[in-house]
Amino acid sequence: MTGQAVNNNPMDAIIIDHLSKAFGDTRAVQDVSLTVREGELFGLIGPDGAGKTTLFKMLVTLLLPDAGRATVAGRDVVRDFRALRTMVGYMPGRFSLYPDLSVEENLSFFATVFGTTIEVNYDLIREIYVQLEPFKKRRAGALSGGMKQKLALCCALIHKPAVLFLDEPTTGVDAVSRREFWEMLQTLKKRGLTILVSTPYMDEAGQCDRIALMQNGRILAIDTPEGVEHLFRKPLFAVKASDTYQLIQDLRKAPFTVTCYAFGEFLHLTTKEGVSAASIQQYLIEKQHSNVVIKPIEAGIEDSFMALMEQ
Amino acid sequence: MKAVVTNKLTKKFGDFVATNEITFDVAQGEIFGFLGANGAGKTTAMRMLCGLLKPTSGEATVAGFDVYKQSEQIKQVIGYMSQKFSLYDDLTVRENIRFYGGIYGLNRTNLKAKSDAIIQQLGLGSVADKLTVSLPLGWKQRLAFSVALIHDPKVVFLDEPTGGVDPITRRQFWDMIYEAAHRGTTIFVTTHYMDEAEYCNRVSIMVDGRIKALDTPGALKQQFGTDSMDGVFQILARGTSTK
Repeated sequence: MTGQAVNNNPMDAIIIDHLSKAFGDTRAVQDVSLTVREGELFGLIGPDGAGKTTLFKMLVTLLLPDAGRATVAGRDVVRDFRALRTMVGYMPGRFSLYPDLSVEENLSFFATVFGTTIEVNYDLIREIYVQLEPFKKRRAGALSGGMKQKLALCCALIHKPAVLFLDEPTTGVDAVSRREFWEMLQTLKKRGLTILVSTPYMDEAGQCDRIALMQNGRILAIDTPEGVEHLFRKPLFAVKASDTYQLIQDLRKAPFTVTCYAFGEFLHLTTKEGVSAASIQQYLIEKQHSNVVIKPIEAGIEDSFMALMEQ
Repeated sequence: MKAVVTNKLTKKFGDFVATNEITFDVAQGEIFGFLGANGAGKTTAMRMLCGLLKPTSGEATVAGFDVYKQSEQIKQVIGYMSQKFSLYDDLTVRENIRFYGGIYGLNRTNLKAKSDAIIQQLGLGSVADKLTVSLPLGWKQRLAFSVALIHDPKVVFLDEPTGGVDPITRRQFWDMIYEAAHRGTTIFVTTHYMDEAEYCNRVSIMVDGRIKALDTPGALKQQFGTDSMDGVFQILARGTSTK
């Protein structure tokens, strides 16, 4: 066996061991290994096409791996698929409830399929479901985006799964609803649920206990959010000036620059070793920039992700 | 001349007021961020400005054309791109460019020159005759943006153009937006990435059909006493979005 050794503690909620899946020439998931501990909120962070959904589908027994193996809650995803299906909650990226059924009907449908009732596990979903209760007679298809998301989460929880899989629950959702959704996940985590969640939004990574950065079917890094930030080793400065457009042009041409990208209000400038803020300032003043602000900063998740992508 | 002017622009669907007396203007060459929670009325407002939906009341002009009487002229001088609708997957890169150029009435010589320019600019030479479906998402988005600009529109409407792409591609996309604005094209953009709101010259934030705030990112942060646009957005949109 090649690659890093995999921790095979049977208590781990998810063990992924050199898992691969290809569709024709597209190698969607390539030799992925990672472990999610029981009770952990684990984030799979990466853009569209990174392989997040393919990995999820293999873990919830909807796709067969080409190579490698994985267990979820101690069950093999291939051999024990029947048993496993009753033990996982899965919220796919695309809305997949019945639009013609009401909120209430969708929930009781999913409860019945898993051989339980809404009442038995109501405690687990109560905090989320109370927000839906005023609309319980409404067809699911007529709900707002944020409400659909909450209902989908309730349906994925109603059989009290051991592990919850959430595939891009916040994609296309506004910043306020996204924050509310993460608050719900923190509450569920406190109840001891293991959660694997994927997202393309780097700013959500900080909400997770540990994260894996994923790109083109491969894992770029696995660590705590802070650990991933510390993977960034080059000098990094935040820079701003009155004319942002011209500032980007000039900094990218500067002899000391490695990369220069827009980051909100500031540009993030990665430089060669030994470059001082004063020398950057001098360069920009020569280029006629005004209101220049330069400060050395610590890297964020997104800086690290971009640096890892470029390696 | 202002690129977009609205005055108490309103759209009702039955009893529901989707867009409620919104009044704002956008200068030529400005990057204007049009933010709001899901369901706040952004799409309805945008559809009215694109000449696709008749307002219930109020006034609006786009590039000087009236949204009630001159919607056909509006369609000729605007570009539009969204994450959902952009290119035909089963046409090649070159065919997509030719198709959209043809729709906007570019002549053969002009179309040839434009196609070559776009393909060269985006570095798509090696895949120009490949089906668009085979391109990585980030390439598709940049191609879709170039295609939306093929007829040199006065105003380009971008509806969540960067969803789901990697952080480097997202920034390369904004480089293209900056360049287009630098050349004088007006950019009207919606996004859920609050860091992208910082890249706009001015930003409006819609809540429940109304514009609750409109200013430069710097002034908005000062007004609401927070250091990020996410902070501004949370203050304005929180509490109302779940109702």
